[in-house]
Amino acid sequence: MKIGNFNLMSYRHLPESFPEKHESVYISLPSEVLDSAQMNRDYNASLDEHEFADSVGFDILGVNEHHSNGYGMMPSPNLMAAALSRRTRDSSLLVLGNSLALYNPPHRVAEEFAMLDCMSGGRLIAGFPVGTPMDTCYAYSTNPSELRDRYYEAHDLVMQAWTRPEMFSFHGRFNQERYVNITPRPIQKPHPPVWIPAGGSVETWHFCAKHDYVYCYLTYFGYLSGEAIIKGFWDEMKALGKEPNPYQTGIVQYVGVAETREEALDLYAEAANYFFNNSLHTSPRWVNPPGYVTEATARKKIMSQVQEAARRAELRTNSMSELRGQTFEGMVEQGFVVIGSPDEVAEKLKEIAISQNVGNLLLMTQFGNMSTELAKYNMELIAKRVKPQLENIFANEWEHRWMPTPLADRAQPAELTR
Amino acid sequence: MSAPRERFVQVAGGACRIWEKGEGEPLGVVPGLGGCPRWTPFLDALAEQRRVVVTSLPGFSGSDDQHRLLDGHLDWVAATLDLLEAAELAGADLVAASVGAMLAAEVAALAPGFVRRLVLTSPYGLYDNDAPGENVFSALPSEVVSIQTEQPAKYEQAFEAPEDPEESAEWQLRQYRASEAAARIVWPFGERGLAKRLHRIRIPVLLLWGEKDRIQPPAYAKLFASGLAGPVETKIVPGAGHQLWIDEPEAAARAVRSFLA
Repeated sequence: MKIGNFNLMSYRHLPESFPEKHESVYISLPSEVLDSAQMNRDYNASLDEHEFADSVGFDILGVNEHHSNGYGMMPSPNLMAAALSRRTRDSSLLVLGNSLALYNPPHRVAEEFAMLDCMSGGRLIAGFPVGTPMDTCYAYSTNPSELRDRYYEAHDLVMQAWTRPEMFSFHGRFNQERYVNITPRPIQKPHPPVWIPAGGSVETWHFCAKHDYVYCYLTYFGYLSGEAIIKGFWDEMKALGKEPNPYQTGIVQYVGVAETREEALDLYAEAANYFFNNSLHTSPRWVNPPGYVTEATARKKIMSQVQEAARRAELRTNSMSELRGQTFEGMVEQGFVVIGSPDEVAEKLKEIAISQNVGNLLLMTQFGNMSTELAKYNMELIAKRVKPQLENIFANEWEHRWMPTPLADRAQPAELTR
Repeated sequence: MSAPRERFVQVAGGACRIWEKGEGEPLGVVPGLGGCPRWTPFLDALAEQRRVVVTSLPGFSGSDDQHRLLDGHLDWVAATLDLLEAAELAGADLVAASVGAMLAAEVAALAPGFVRRLVLTSPYGLYDNDAPGENVFSALPSEVVSIQTEQPAKYEQAFEAPEDPEESAEWQLRQYRASEAAARIVWPFGERGLAKRLHRIRIPVLLLWGEKDRIQPPAYAKLFASGLAGPVETKIVPGAGHQLWIDEPEAAARAVRSFLA
């Protein structure tokens, strides 16, 4: 089992009245609620937290990409990963952007990821999300009906840019590039491992299964909301005759650890309430650009409307705002946040990993407006007292083929004297 | 209302549905947002005097999903031309609406002589930064109907899914497809440079508009009128929204008949 530290980098200073006063934290977020001086502290705090996670032994540090979004303040996760490449040592750097269709030309992604792989000494995990409807179709005005085909084509272009040794021409439907020959090339050969953050579309199951990529279900609503989705991926793998290697899946889980469950309930309630009731205040206006969901996925959704999975998927995408008013106990009960003592949390995570056959747990250790101090406390308990109980799961039966293979003698930042 | 005659033509790698009703000189119809999933009173009123030929653009009601093969505006304009030719509408009068009207206007601009007279109903195609209309694609679920129509009951008759669960599911998927196709044509602003080509339209044009159109507000009629090179009539129908044919079928049909008389 691999354990990651994942962080959305939510804006930590939304006023309590935000949901009453404003339509949405996404797309139409009023800029007056943002304090850029705070962002100076927050970016540094977030980088500090990841560096701390590296120092206490997390396997993976995860950053992701959102645009025009108050719950995800990293429009360029590459910049975060670049900063992390310097002071972190051994953790893999999981960059769960870049939304391939948004970059013009898309081989920019091949270049920047190659730079990150070189800067980090081969520690990059390349994430290729399609991107949320908000990020892609509204914040970046991509045509929803073209988005997925543009994504597939950009993927092919990036892969060729990484793996073809010669200069080549790429004559695609959406991208025409006469001369592609990127510098630098990634350290990892034939290319860095690819993990695909997913939102539950049937196409992404197939895409990951076909290309042998890691399928990461990124839900804010915990392991229960991901159950049917992860099962869908394993069903697809089975249909294609592929082995159920648990390391080929990952899920995101919010976690709060303390010495006792009572203490954890007390410590993490504020941050969870802030995140789920404030940060996720998203208008349904920006959720369904026609064509973003493919007809096959729409069909599945319509046909299975009575099923619990569909209800939960609906909950996730269509009506985040409806979650408002949830009590922290309710969030814990529904699995949004796993709370408890180190042993209790380890037990719960073990149960999730085994029941869903998931080999990569991306733990949200900082969420909402949680202080860096509390996040570090959380991370330290996880690294020292939870992780050791989990890391042997799957390790003897399966090979993890999707982790980076870094250089042994990686360059380190030089010491400075001022 | 009796049912129309139905046939299919091949356009851009898939089938497009053609409905026909009435006798006499052909009158081509290019529907807009939502397509034309049911025959409507507006079409029936037109069919009293003319042989009404209702086309369905790729992806719209009754057509296949070949809209996903159309990658840019020129592809769409060429497909519209192909569709109208296949429907044997070369040289005919055309009545078009919304996103369909934008494409019909392009055909009139780029293929002189192909369209005889043109009715543009609440057309997309121009965008005024200072007076944008509302974006139907980002309407809240509770606004999707009200943003398009002033007559919700009539709108439901035209677009509501049938009761049978299986038919209903298929219907919803078809309407989702039509919505995707419309978005594919006009995302994100509802225009693709028609302003630069309006001067090439020298045939008689009727600009037919719902007074309460929130998507392409009636102020856009003036922008169209000032750009067109031929004789232009403008008719604003009181109390109607973007789905003018649905909201006020009699008034809309009267205006068309009087323009084409």
